[in-house]
Amino acid sequence: MTATIENPNYAYPARSAGRRGPNLEKAGWIFMRASGVVLVVLIFGHLAFNLLWTPGGIHAVDFGFVGGKLAQPFWQWWDVLMLWLAILHGSNGMRTIVNDYVHKPTIRTVALWAIGIAAAVLIILGTLITFTFNPCPEGADLSLLPSFCAEL
Amino acid sequence: MSQSEQKNEHSLGSEGASEAGDPSAQAEAAVDATTADAQAVSAGGTTPSPADSAAEGTARQVEPEPVEEPQSFPVTIIVRRYDPEVDEEPRWVDYDVQMFATERILDALHRIKWEQDPSLAFRRSCAHGVCGSDAMRINGKNRLACKALVKDFDTSKPIYVEAIKGLPLEKDLIVDMEPFFDSFREIQPFLQATGKPDKERHQTIAQRERFDDTTKCILCAACTTSCPVFWTDGQYFGPAAIVNAHRFIFDSRDEASQVRLDILNDQEGVWRCRTTFNCTDACPRGIQVTKAIAEVKQAMISGVKL
Repeated sequence: MTATIENPNYAYPARSAGRRGPNLEKAGWIFMRASGVVLVVLIFGHLAFNLLWTPGGIHAVDFGFVGGKLAQPFWQWWDVLMLWLAILHGSNGMRTIVNDYVHKPTIRTVALWAIGIAAAVLIILGTLITFTFNPCPEGADLSLLPSFCAEL
Repeated sequence: MSQSEQKNEHSLGSEGASEAGDPSAQAEAAVDATTADAQAVSAGGTTPSPADSAAEGTARQVEPEPVEEPQSFPVTIIVRRYDPEVDEEPRWVDYDVQMFATERILDALHRIKWEQDPSLAFRRSCAHGVCGSDAMRINGKNRLACKALVKDFDTSKPIYVEAIKGLPLEKDLIVDMEPFFDSFREIQPFLQATGKPDKERHQTIAQRERFDDTTKCILCAACTTSCPVFWTDGQYFGPAAIVNAHRFIFDSRDEASQVRLDILNDQEGVWRCRTTFNCTDACPRGIQVTKAIAEVKQAMISGVKL
């Protein structure tokens, strides 16, 4: 004896039936893993170059050193990528914590917007500065500037 | 027997406790043994002698083996009581019970209910770890009361017993399980296959093995109510629902895997899992819950691999 229920009746629609917009949870989850792996390489590469590879280590890091680095496209892109991934990774983590622990809808909305605005401001300012940075400001002491400023 | 006991008591009174053991042991041995054996016992004691071995040919001497009486020990159980008609807030109440090493927390609760306070309310059905009725939070960890042995706890300290967290408390150790079962129903926990074969639906041993672990679930809610995400947001489907979805998603006979993956690919679905492993630790059936959730996540990214 077999009985087949042709139309199983389950009056429990998926939770977010009334949700608007696309569901980015899966994309967010994958982003956190991928960006984490890339960030490990970027951050340890950054630290190794600045502190181990460069003679003098931490004492050699000054305006001239940073200006010289930000004049090269390689380091510009390295730093911009690190900035974007780190800020997005960190703020997405903060968003997760807020979703998990903040229950009052008003406070939750405010907190999520605050995180979003902070991330946007940091990313825009950081990107702007990295690409528009002038390593050789006029009238500055040449001894404090990168070595190639003397040739200008 | 009663005579010898009386005699023993008498000698205990007059001669002292240290000598009281010998006469009674001899008397007990003499009751069941033959006359010859009794003589051998009274003459030679326990050391074997030629007379003893000769006597064994006719009737074997029975040495009463010292059987240790099971010793009970006092245990303090502190239960989080809540009576919605009286209490505004739940309160902790202590009970002292005498327990044996072979007994479980459920036995302690029975002892409290039957001998001390009949108003204590808790669920239990089979009492053997199969029905999943008596999941509770014991010393801060979700366990089945019928599978938690008292001797496995530090009985020099009180044992705290409370209802599982994250579900509405109804009375004492009883919670409203409906939100939990709603999540379970939502993932469509039934086989969905269109073809109607003449006989059974065939499956290889390997295909059956693929989802074997998640078939063990007894829906006790120990995993879901140990999950920190579920505590703070009851909307989360919870480990138990995902485990039961896993059981059908990876079943080679089922055809609705994608439907279940779509349901769980929700804002309140598998992506809320933070892999804290509380659920794996809590599961009384030893299901690798966090692994099952990870496999469902994997199936959403790269498809179901049976």
